[in-house]
Amino acid sequence: MSDNSEFLKILSGKLSGVKIVPTPPGEPSAMVERDSIHEALDHLKYDRDLSFNMLVDLFAVDYMGEEPRFEVIYILRSTKHNGRIVVKTRTGDEGLDTISDLWQAANFLEREIYDMFGLPFTNHPDLRRIYTPDDFVGHPLRKEFPLEGEDFDKPFVVDLEKE
Amino acid sequence: MGVEKNVLVTSLDWIVNWSRKNSLFPVTFGLACCALEMMVASSAEYDIARFGAEVFRPSPRQSDLMIVAGTLTKKMAPIVRRIYEQMPNPKWVIAYGACASSGGIFKSYSVVQGVDQIIPVDVYIPGCPPRPEALLKGIIELQKKIQKETIKDRPLISLPGKKSA
Repeated sequence: MSDNSEFLKILSGKLSGVKIVPTPPGEPSAMVERDSIHEALDHLKYDRDLSFNMLVDLFAVDYMGEEPRFEVIYILRSTKHNGRIVVKTRTGDEGLDTISDLWQAANFLEREIYDMFGLPFTNHPDLRRIYTPDDFVGHPLRKEFPLEGEDFDKPFVVDLEKE
Repeated sequence: MGVEKNVLVTSLDWIVNWSRKNSLFPVTFGLACCALEMMVASSAEYDIARFGAEVFRPSPRQSDLMIVAGTLTKKMAPIVRRIYEQMPNPKWVIAYGACASSGGIFKSYSVVQGVDQIIPVDVYIPGCPPRPEALLKGIIELQKKIQKETIKDRPLISLPGKKSA
């Protein structure tokens, strides 16, 4: 199956609310409703005609000013059918369902999105910050976050007693 | 005014400083790409051993010199401070590279704008990254600085936990 867009046709036949969106050649993309993202990815992993058993990447984009504001993008690969597709969804500050029960790789990737964008993932087993310190304030990849941080002009103080 | 401020110790200073400056053991410690240049400085090509600094000690408790090589993130800063505190006196610090000296290109929420915000620095080496020759030059400058010190400021014996210069 050389044309990867076949996979999306199979998916949209089995699940309503899947919209195929225009993309560059070889990267077929589908837009899925926020509430059915877990169901759609469950289909993509366990359906025999699809078998997308590998989560390549999971990341978010901040489209400030649009509604809903954030786009979360899942890139999947099927080692069984040699396929690769992109699944997208839009969400606001309320976040998404976790998919770390489908792919363990999603655990850290969702923590990264939570750290950088502040999107919570419901039912995530361990939703903590992953890059920034635990006491960090704000989410750096949000458009309203100042690049230099809040206290850039003040000296940085290390308190070893607090550790 | 105590007696210790009135005793001349110039000859003793000279021999103590001479031995200190020629056996600078650096702590094994690298943060970013500058660390690779620091490692090259210990190779046969550049031969940091000429300054008595060939052994990068695996423990801060056996070290005299901390070469902060690379970008210091705010998450790493408490660990660097802790390693510095674990080093016995006398101890010196070299800020190696633009990021360690001033934050470098990373004018960012995640990077400490110079390690001198958390630990006292003796010598700054500019460059991105500096070549190994620059590190050797920095060590020579540090040796000159050590030769001018006095044991009144850095005592011969210092017990753990006791604060000195």
